[in-house]
Amino acid sequence: MSDVQAPGSGFYVYGVTRGLTGEEVGDVRGVSGAPVRLIEKDGLTALASEVSLSEFGEAALRENLEDIEWLESTARAHHAVVDAVSDGAATVPLGLVTVYRSEERVREALGARHEEFARALDRVTGRTEWGVKVYADVKQPEAAAPAGKEAPSRPGTSYLQRRLVQRNTAEEERRRVLDVAEYIHCQLRDLAVATRLHRPQDPQLSGEQGWMLLNAAYLVDDTRVEEFGDAVKHLTRLDPDVRVRLTGPWAPYSFATEEEPEEEVEEAWQGS
Amino acid sequence: MSEPPGREMSGYGGYGRGAPSPYRRTESANLADILERVLDKGIVIAGDIQVNLLDIELLTIKLRLVIVSVDRAKEMGIDWWEHDPTLSSGHRDMVEENRRLRDRIADLEAGTDDYQEEVEEYYEEDRRE
Repeated sequence: MSDVQAPGSGFYVYGVTRGLTGEEVGDVRGVSGAPVRLIEKDGLTALASEVSLSEFGEAALRENLEDIEWLESTARAHHAVVDAVSDGAATVPLGLVTVYRSEERVREALGARHEEFARALDRVTGRTEWGVKVYADVKQPEAAAPAGKEAPSRPGTSYLQRRLVQRNTAEEERRRVLDVAEYIHCQLRDLAVATRLHRPQDPQLSGEQGWMLLNAAYLVDDTRVEEFGDAVKHLTRLDPDVRVRLTGPWAPYSFATEEEPEEEVEEAWQGS
Repeated sequence: MSEPPGREMSGYGGYGRGAPSPYRRTESANLADILERVLDKGIVIAGDIQVNLLDIELLTIKLRLVIVSVDRAKEMGIDWWEHDPTLSSGHRDMVEENRRLRDRIADLEAGTDDYQEEVEEYYEEDRRE
Protein backbone atom coordinates (compact mmCIF):
# COMPACT_ATOMS: atom_id res chain seq x y z
CA MET A 1 0.00 0.00 0.00
CA SER A 2 3.03 2.19 -0.07
CA ASP A 3 2.89 2.01 -3.84
CA VAL A 4 2.91 5.33 -5.57
CA GLN A 5 -0.17 5.96 -7.64
CA ALA A 6 0.58 6.12 -11.34
CA PRO A 7 -0.44 9.34 -13.11
CA GLY A 8 -3.79 9.08 -14.89
CA SER A 9 -4.97 6.27 -12.66
CA GLY A 10 -7.75 5.75 -10.17
CA PHE A 11 -8.98 3.13 -7.74
CA TYR A 12 -11.67 0.68 -8.60
CA VAL A 13 -13.48 -0.47 -5.45
CA TYR A 14 -15.05 -3.93 -5.47
CA GLY A 15 -16.54 -4.08 -2.05
CA VAL A 16 -16.15 -3.37 1.63
CA THR A 17 -15.15 -5.98 4.13
CA ARG A 18 -14.39 -6.41 7.79
CA GLY A 19 -12.23 -8.81 9.77
CA LEU A 20 -9.85 -9.82 7.01
CA THR A 21 -7.03 -12.08 8.05
CA GLY A 22 -5.09 -11.14 4.96
CA GLU A 23 -5.11 -14.58 3.41
CA GLU A 24 -8.42 -14.13 1.64
CA VAL A 25 -7.10 -11.91 -1.12
CA GLY A 26 -4.38 -14.36 -2.08
CA ASP A 27 -3.37 -13.97 -5.67
CA VAL A 28 -6.79 -12.98 -6.97
CA ARG A 29 -6.55 -10.29 -9.62
CA GLY A 30 -8.94 -7.46 -10.25
CA VAL A 31 -9.93 -5.70 -13.46
CA SER A 32 -7.13 -5.38 -16.02
CA GLY A 33 -5.31 -8.11 -14.09
CA ALA A 34 -4.23 -5.66 -11.39
CA PRO A 35 -3.42 -6.91 -7.87
CA VAL A 36 -5.99 -6.19 -5.17
CA ARG A 37 -5.13 -3.49 -2.65
CA LEU A 38 -6.64 -3.15 0.79
CA ILE A 39 -7.53 0.40 1.79
CA GLU A 40 -8.50 0.71 5.44
CA LYS A 41 -10.39 3.19 7.54
CA ASP A 42 -11.82 2.73 11.04
CA GLY A 43 -12.07 -1.04 10.93
CA LEU A 44 -13.49 -1.22 7.42
CA THR A 45 -11.46 -2.38 4.45
CA ALA A 46 -12.13 -1.42 0.85
CA LEU A 47 -11.09 -4.00 -1.72
CA ALA A 48 -9.60 -1.97 -4.51
CA SER A 49 -7.19 -2.06 -7.40
CA GLU A 50 -5.52 0.60 -9.45
CA VAL A 51 -7.03 1.21 -12.87
CA SER A 52 -6.09 3.45 -15.74
CA LEU A 53 -8.50 6.30 -16.33
CA SER A 54 -7.92 5.83 -20.03
CA GLU A 55 -10.06 2.72 -19.56
CA PHE A 56 -12.13 3.70 -16.53
CA GLY A 57 -12.52 7.43 -17.03
CA GLU A 58 -15.91 8.91 -17.87
CA ALA A 59 -15.45 9.13 -21.63
CA ALA A 60 -13.91 5.66 -21.88
CA LEU A 61 -16.63 4.10 -19.74
CA ARG A 62 -19.37 5.48 -21.92
CA GLU A 63 -17.94 3.42 -24.76
CA ASN A 64 -16.75 0.43 -22.79
CA LEU A 65 -20.04 -0.19 -21.04
CA GLU A 66 -21.62 -0.63 -24.46
CA ASP A 67 -19.10 -3.31 -25.31
CA ILE A 68 -20.48 -6.61 -24.13
CA GLU A 69 -17.10 -8.35 -24.04
CA TRP A 70 -15.58 -5.58 -21.97
CA LEU A 71 -18.62 -5.65 -19.71
CA GLU A 72 -18.40 -9.39 -19.28
CA SER A 73 -14.70 -9.44 -18.41
CA THR A 74 -15.13 -6.50 -16.03
CA ALA A 75 -18.14 -8.11 -14.36
CA ARG A 76 -16.28 -11.39 -13.98
CA ALA A 77 -13.20 -9.69 -12.54
CA HIS A 78 -15.40 -7.71 -10.14
CA HIS A 79 -17.10 -10.89 -9.08
CA ALA A 80 -13.83 -12.82 -8.75
CA VAL A 81 -12.48 -10.36 -6.16
CA VAL A 82 -15.71 -10.19 -4.17
CA ASP A 83 -16.12 -13.95 -4.35
CA ALA A 84 -12.59 -14.73 -3.17
CA VAL A 85 -12.76 -12.43 -0.17
CA SER A 86 -16.34 -13.10 0.89
CA ASP A 87 -15.46 -16.75 1.31
CA GLY A 88 -13.43 -15.87 4.37
CA ALA A 89 -14.73 -12.55 5.67
CA ALA A 90 -18.08 -10.76 5.62
CA THR A 91 -18.11 -8.64 2.48
CA VAL A 92 -20.56 -6.17 1.03
CA PRO A 93 -20.18 -5.87 -2.73
CA LEU A 94 -20.36 -2.47 -4.39
CA GLY A 95 -22.01 -1.90 -7.73
CA LEU A 96 -19.97 -2.39 -10.89
CA VAL A 97 -17.44 0.32 -11.79
CA THR A 98 -17.14 2.37 -8.60
CA VAL A 99 -13.98 4.37 -9.21
CA TYR A 100 -12.21 6.98 -7.07
CA ARG A 101 -9.35 9.24 -8.04
CA SER A 102 -7.08 8.32 -5.14
CA GLU A 103 -6.67 6.09 -2.11
CA GLU A 104 -7.46 9.10 0.03
CA ARG A 105 -10.82 9.53 -1.73
CA VAL A 106 -11.60 5.84 -1.07
CA ARG A 107 -10.84 6.40 2.62
CA GLU A 108 -13.10 9.43 2.67
CA ALA A 109 -15.94 7.36 1.19
CA LEU A 110 -15.38 4.65 3.81
CA GLY A 111 -15.52 7.28 6.55
CA ALA A 112 -18.56 9.08 5.17
CA ARG A 113 -20.57 5.87 4.87
CA HIS A 114 -19.16 4.02 7.82
CA GLU A 115 -22.57 3.47 9.43
CA GLU A 116 -24.20 2.20 6.25
CA PHE A 117 -21.36 -0.25 5.55
CA ALA A 118 -21.23 -1.44 9.15
CA ARG A 119 -24.98 -2.10 9.20
CA ALA A 120 -24.80 -3.97 5.90
CA LEU A 121 -21.89 -6.06 7.17
CA ASP A 122 -23.81 -6.86 10.37
CA ARG A 123 -26.70 -8.06 8.22
CA VAL A 124 -24.63 -10.47 6.17
CA THR A 125 -22.05 -11.71 8.65
CA GLY A 126 -22.26 -15.48 9.01
CA ARG A 127 -24.63 -15.73 6.07
CA THR A 128 -24.41 -16.43 2.37
CA GLU A 129 -26.65 -15.79 -0.59
CA TRP A 130 -28.08 -18.68 -2.59
CA GLY A 131 -29.77 -18.34 -5.94
CA VAL A 132 -32.69 -20.55 -6.87
CA LYS A 133 -34.19 -20.50 -10.33
CA VAL A 134 -37.24 -22.50 -11.26
CA TYR A 135 -38.12 -23.34 -14.86
CA ALA A 136 -40.98 -25.15 -16.49
CA ASP A 137 -41.03 -26.52 -20.00
CA VAL A 138 -44.53 -25.31 -20.72
CA LYS A 139 -45.43 -22.51 -23.05
CA GLN A 140 -45.37 -19.08 -21.55
CA PRO A 141 -48.77 -17.51 -21.22
CA GLU A 142 -49.60 -15.36 -24.18
CA ALA A 143 -50.39 -11.76 -23.46
CA ALA A 144 -53.69 -11.36 -21.64
CA ALA A 145 -55.20 -14.74 -22.46
CA PRO A 146 -58.82 -14.46 -21.35
CA ALA A 147 -59.96 -16.79 -18.62
CA GLY A 148 -62.97 -17.93 -20.77
CA LYS A 149 -64.91 -20.54 -18.85
CA GLU A 150 -68.30 -20.92 -20.46
CA ALA A 151 -68.27 -22.18 -24.01
CA PRO A 152 -71.30 -21.61 -26.24
CA SER A 153 -73.41 -24.76 -26.69
CA ARG A 154 -74.55 -24.45 -30.30
CA PRO A 155 -73.33 -27.25 -32.63
CA GLY A 156 -71.36 -24.94 -34.93
CA THR A 157 -69.17 -23.89 -32.09
CA SER A 158 -67.61 -27.29 -31.38
CA TYR A 159 -64.36 -26.23 -32.99
CA LEU A 160 -64.21 -23.19 -30.77
CA GLN A 161 -65.04 -25.33 -27.79
CA ARG A 162 -62.21 -27.67 -28.61
CA ARG A 163 -59.86 -24.75 -28.90
CA LEU A 164 -61.11 -23.47 -25.59
CA VAL A 165 -60.52 -26.81 -23.91
CA GLN A 166 -56.99 -26.93 -25.30
CA ARG A 167 -56.33 -23.44 -24.10
CA ASN A 168 -57.78 -24.14 -20.70
CA THR A 169 -55.67 -27.26 -20.38
CA ALA A 170 -52.57 -25.22 -21.19
CA GLU A 171 -53.73 -22.55 -18.80
CA GLU A 172 -54.28 -25.12 -16.07
CA GLU A 173 -50.81 -26.50 -16.71
CA ARG A 174 -49.34 -23.04 -16.36
CA ARG A 175 -51.24 -22.44 -13.14
CA ARG A 176 -50.10 -25.76 -11.80
CA VAL A 177 -46.39 -25.09 -12.40
CA LEU A 178 -46.77 -21.57 -10.99
CA ASP A 179 -48.25 -23.13 -7.85
CA VAL A 180 -45.30 -25.50 -7.67
CA ALA A 181 -42.89 -22.57 -7.98
CA GLU A 182 -44.71 -20.68 -5.27
CA TYR A 183 -44.60 -23.70 -3.03
CA ILE A 184 -40.86 -24.03 -3.61
CA HIS A 185 -40.37 -20.36 -2.77
CA CYS A 186 -42.39 -20.63 0.43
CA GLN A 187 -40.48 -23.70 1.57
CA LEU A 188 -37.11 -22.06 0.98
CA ARG A 189 -38.17 -18.70 2.38
CA ASP A 190 -38.82 -20.40 5.68
CA LEU A 191 -35.19 -21.51 5.82
CA ALA A 192 -33.78 -18.10 4.93
CA VAL A 193 -33.16 -14.93 6.86
CA ALA A 194 -34.28 -12.81 3.94
CA THR A 195 -35.24 -13.24 0.31
CA ARG A 196 -35.14 -11.12 -2.81
CA LEU A 197 -36.98 -11.79 -6.02
CA HIS A 198 -35.02 -11.00 -9.17
CA ARG A 199 -36.51 -10.41 -12.57
CA PRO A 200 -36.68 -13.45 -14.82
CA GLN A 201 -33.55 -13.79 -16.91
CA ASP A 202 -33.32 -13.39 -20.62
CA PRO A 203 -32.72 -16.81 -22.21
CA GLN A 204 -30.11 -15.20 -24.49
CA LEU A 205 -28.02 -14.36 -21.44
CA SER A 206 -28.64 -17.41 -19.33
CA GLY A 207 -28.64 -19.93 -22.15
CA GLU A 208 -31.51 -21.60 -20.33
CA GLN A 209 -34.65 -22.38 -22.27
CA GLY A 210 -38.05 -22.86 -20.76
CA TRP A 211 -40.30 -20.55 -18.83
CA MET A 212 -38.59 -19.00 -15.84
CA LEU A 213 -41.09 -19.14 -13.02
CA LEU A 214 -38.91 -18.00 -10.17
CA ASN A 215 -35.59 -16.21 -9.89
CA ALA A 216 -34.97 -15.73 -6.21
CA ALA A 217 -32.10 -15.09 -3.85
CA TYR A 218 -32.08 -16.35 -0.27
CA LEU A 219 -29.84 -15.14 2.52
CA VAL A 220 -29.08 -18.23 4.54
CA ASP A 221 -27.38 -18.56 7.91
CA ASP A 222 -24.22 -20.65 7.74
CA THR A 223 -25.77 -22.97 10.30
CA ARG A 224 -28.70 -23.69 8.00
CA VAL A 225 -26.89 -24.06 4.68
CA GLU A 226 -27.01 -27.82 4.79
CA GLU A 227 -30.69 -27.83 5.59
CA PHE A 228 -31.32 -25.37 2.80
CA GLY A 229 -29.39 -27.52 0.33
CA ASP A 230 -31.32 -30.63 1.36
CA ALA A 231 -34.58 -28.76 0.93
CA VAL A 232 -33.63 -27.72 -2.58
CA LYS A 233 -32.63 -31.28 -3.41
CA HIS A 234 -35.97 -32.48 -2.16
CA LEU A 235 -37.90 -29.81 -4.05
CA THR A 236 -36.07 -30.69 -7.25
CA ARG A 237 -37.91 -34.00 -7.26
CA LEU A 238 -41.27 -32.44 -6.64
CA ASP A 239 -42.53 -32.25 -10.19
CA PRO A 240 -41.09 -33.71 -13.39
CA ASP A 241 -42.14 -30.65 -15.41
CA VAL A 242 -40.42 -28.22 -13.10
CA ARG A 243 -36.67 -27.74 -13.03
CA VAL A 244 -34.90 -26.22 -10.06
CA ARG A 245 -31.42 -24.72 -10.33
CA LEU A 246 -29.37 -23.82 -7.30
CA THR A 247 -26.37 -21.48 -7.46
CA GLY A 248 -24.14 -20.31 -4.69
CA PRO A 249 -22.87 -19.55 -2.24
CA TRP A 250 -22.76 -15.99 -3.49
CA ALA A 251 -21.42 -12.98 -1.68
CA PRO A 252 -24.55 -11.21 -0.42
CA TYR A 253 -25.04 -9.01 -3.51
CA SER A 254 -28.80 -9.08 -3.28
CA PHE A 255 -28.80 -8.22 0.41
CA ALA A 256 -26.28 -5.41 0.47
CA THR A 257 -29.00 -2.80 0.69
CA GLU A 258 -31.95 -2.62 3.01
CA GLU A 259 -34.65 -2.85 0.39
CA GLU A 260 -37.82 -4.88 0.56
CA PRO A 261 -38.05 -5.07 4.35
CA GLU A 262 -41.33 -6.93 4.01
CA GLU A 263 -39.31 -9.84 2.70
CA GLU A 264 -37.57 -10.27 6.02
CA VAL A 265 -38.85 -13.57 7.24
CA GLU A 266 -36.71 -14.16 10.28
CA GLU A 267 -39.76 -14.03 12.54
CA ALA A 268 -41.75 -16.26 10.25
CA TRP A 269 -39.47 -19.26 10.55
CA GLN A 270 -38.59 -18.63 14.15
CA GLY A 271 -42.26 -18.70 14.99
CA SER A 272 -42.94 -21.96 13.16
CA MET B 1 -27.16 -24.91 -21.66
CA SER B 2 -26.84 -27.30 -18.80
CA GLU B 3 -25.14 -26.31 -15.61
CA PRO B 4 -21.47 -27.18 -15.44
CA PRO B 5 -20.96 -30.43 -13.50
CA GLY B 6 -19.44 -28.66 -10.52
CA ARG B 7 -22.64 -26.75 -9.95
CA GLU B 8 -25.00 -29.66 -9.96
CA MET B 9 -27.03 -30.13 -6.86
CA SER B 10 -25.30 -33.05 -5.29
CA GLY B 11 -23.05 -33.70 -2.37
CA TYR B 12 -24.08 -31.04 0.06
CA GLY B 13 -21.36 -31.12 2.61
CA GLY B 14 -20.94 -29.23 5.81
CA TYR B 15 -19.26 -26.28 4.20
CA GLY B 16 -19.90 -23.31 6.38
CA ARG B 17 -17.89 -20.16 6.07
CA GLY B 18 -14.28 -20.88 5.38
CA ALA B 19 -14.83 -24.47 4.35
CA PRO B 20 -14.11 -25.13 0.69
CA SER B 21 -17.32 -25.21 -1.25
CA PRO B 22 -17.90 -27.13 -4.44
CA TYR B 23 -20.00 -24.27 -5.77
CA ARG B 24 -17.70 -21.34 -5.52
CA ARG B 25 -16.52 -21.49 -9.07
CA THR B 26 -16.27 -18.03 -10.42
CA GLU B 27 -15.25 -19.03 -13.91
CA SER B 28 -18.26 -21.19 -14.48
CA ALA B 29 -20.85 -18.88 -12.96
CA ASN B 30 -23.51 -18.00 -15.48
CA LEU B 31 -23.02 -14.52 -16.97
CA ALA B 32 -26.68 -13.70 -16.41
CA ASP B 33 -26.35 -14.55 -12.71
CA ILE B 34 -23.25 -12.40 -12.36
CA LEU B 35 -24.62 -9.44 -14.30
CA GLU B 36 -27.90 -9.34 -12.44
CA ARG B 37 -25.90 -9.11 -9.24
CA VAL B 38 -23.02 -6.79 -10.11
CA LEU B 39 -25.16 -4.47 -12.25
CA ASP B 40 -28.38 -4.41 -10.28
CA LYS B 41 -27.35 -5.26 -6.73
CA GLY B 42 -24.62 -4.39 -4.29
CA ILE B 43 -24.31 -1.01 -2.63
CA VAL B 44 -24.37 1.68 -5.25
CA ILE B 45 -22.34 4.71 -4.26
CA ALA B 46 -21.19 7.57 -6.43
CA GLY B 47 -17.46 7.33 -7.03
CA ASP B 48 -15.41 10.14 -8.49
CA ILE B 49 -16.12 8.90 -11.98
CA GLN B 50 -19.62 9.40 -13.29
CA VAL B 51 -21.04 6.25 -14.83
CA ASN B 52 -24.33 5.44 -16.37
CA LEU B 53 -24.76 1.75 -15.89
CA LEU B 54 -27.20 0.11 -18.17
CA ASP B 55 -30.13 -1.36 -16.34
CA ILE B 56 -30.00 -5.14 -16.64
CA GLU B 57 -33.28 -5.10 -18.52
CA LEU B 58 -32.03 -2.59 -21.05
CA LEU B 59 -28.85 -4.55 -21.33
CA THR B 60 -30.61 -7.76 -22.20
CA ILE B 61 -32.62 -5.99 -24.86
CA LYS B 62 -29.39 -4.66 -26.32
CA LEU B 63 -27.77 -8.05 -26.06
CA ARG B 64 -30.65 -9.65 -27.81
CA LEU B 65 -29.84 -7.45 -30.78
CA VAL B 66 -26.16 -8.32 -30.65
CA ILE B 67 -26.36 -12.01 -29.92
CA VAL B 68 -29.15 -12.99 -32.29
CA SER B 69 -27.42 -15.21 -34.78
CA VAL B 70 -28.41 -15.64 -38.40
CA ASP B 71 -30.00 -19.00 -37.68
CA ARG B 72 -31.95 -17.62 -34.78
CA ALA B 73 -33.02 -14.68 -36.89
CA LYS B 74 -34.33 -17.09 -39.52
CA GLU B 75 -36.24 -18.97 -36.85
CA MET B 76 -37.81 -15.72 -35.85
CA GLY B 77 -38.78 -15.11 -39.45
CA ILE B 78 -36.20 -12.44 -40.07
CA ASP B 79 -34.82 -13.30 -43.49
CA TRP B 80 -35.20 -10.11 -45.44
CA TRP B 81 -31.71 -10.39 -46.89
CA GLU B 82 -32.75 -13.49 -48.78
CA HIS B 83 -35.38 -11.46 -50.60
CA ASP B 84 -33.32 -8.34 -51.04
CA PRO B 85 -32.17 -8.48 -54.68
CA THR B 86 -29.02 -6.53 -53.95
CA LEU B 87 -27.91 -9.21 -51.48
CA SER B 88 -29.06 -12.49 -52.97
CA SER B 89 -26.88 -14.56 -55.25
CA GLY B 90 -29.67 -14.87 -57.82
CA HIS B 91 -29.45 -11.20 -58.38
CA ARG B 92 -25.75 -11.29 -59.08
CA ASP B 93 -26.47 -13.70 -61.96
CA MET B 94 -29.05 -11.27 -63.23
CA VAL B 95 -26.54 -8.45 -63.13
CA GLU B 96 -24.13 -10.57 -65.11
CA GLU B 97 -26.85 -11.46 -67.58
CA ASN B 98 -27.81 -7.80 -67.98
CA ARG B 99 -24.21 -6.84 -68.54
CA ARG B 100 -23.83 -9.44 -71.32
CA LEU B 101 -27.06 -8.32 -72.94
CA ARG B 102 -26.03 -4.66 -72.82
CA ASP B 103 -22.64 -5.50 -74.35
CA ARG B 104 -24.34 -7.38 -77.13
CA ILE B 105 -26.70 -4.50 -77.90
CA ALA B 106 -23.76 -2.09 -77.93
CA ASP B 107 -21.86 -4.41 -80.25
CA LEU B 108 -24.85 -4.69 -82.57
CA GLU B 109 -25.35 -0.92 -82.62
CA ALA B 110 -21.67 -0.35 -83.35
CA GLY B 111 -21.80 -2.96 -86.04
CA THR B 112 -18.99 -4.86 -84.45
CA ASP B 113 -21.03 -7.80 -83.43
CA ASP B 114 -19.22 -11.06 -84.10
CA TYR B 115 -22.24 -12.47 -85.82
CA GLN B 116 -22.53 -9.41 -88.05
CA GLU B 117 -18.85 -9.72 -88.97
CA GLU B 118 -19.28 -13.33 -89.84
CA VAL B 119 -22.24 -12.53 -92.08
CA GLU B 120 -20.33 -9.76 -93.84
CA GLU B 121 -17.32 -11.98 -94.33
CA TYR B 122 -19.59 -14.63 -95.77
CA TYR B 123 -21.08 -12.20 -98.30
CA GLU B 124 -17.67 -10.87 -99.20
CA GLU B 125 -16.38 -14.34 -99.92
CA ASP B 126 -19.56 -14.95 -101.87
CA ARG B 127 -18.96 -11.88 -104.02
CA ARG B 128 -15.35 -12.88 -104.72
CA GLU B 129 -16.37 -16.25 -105.95
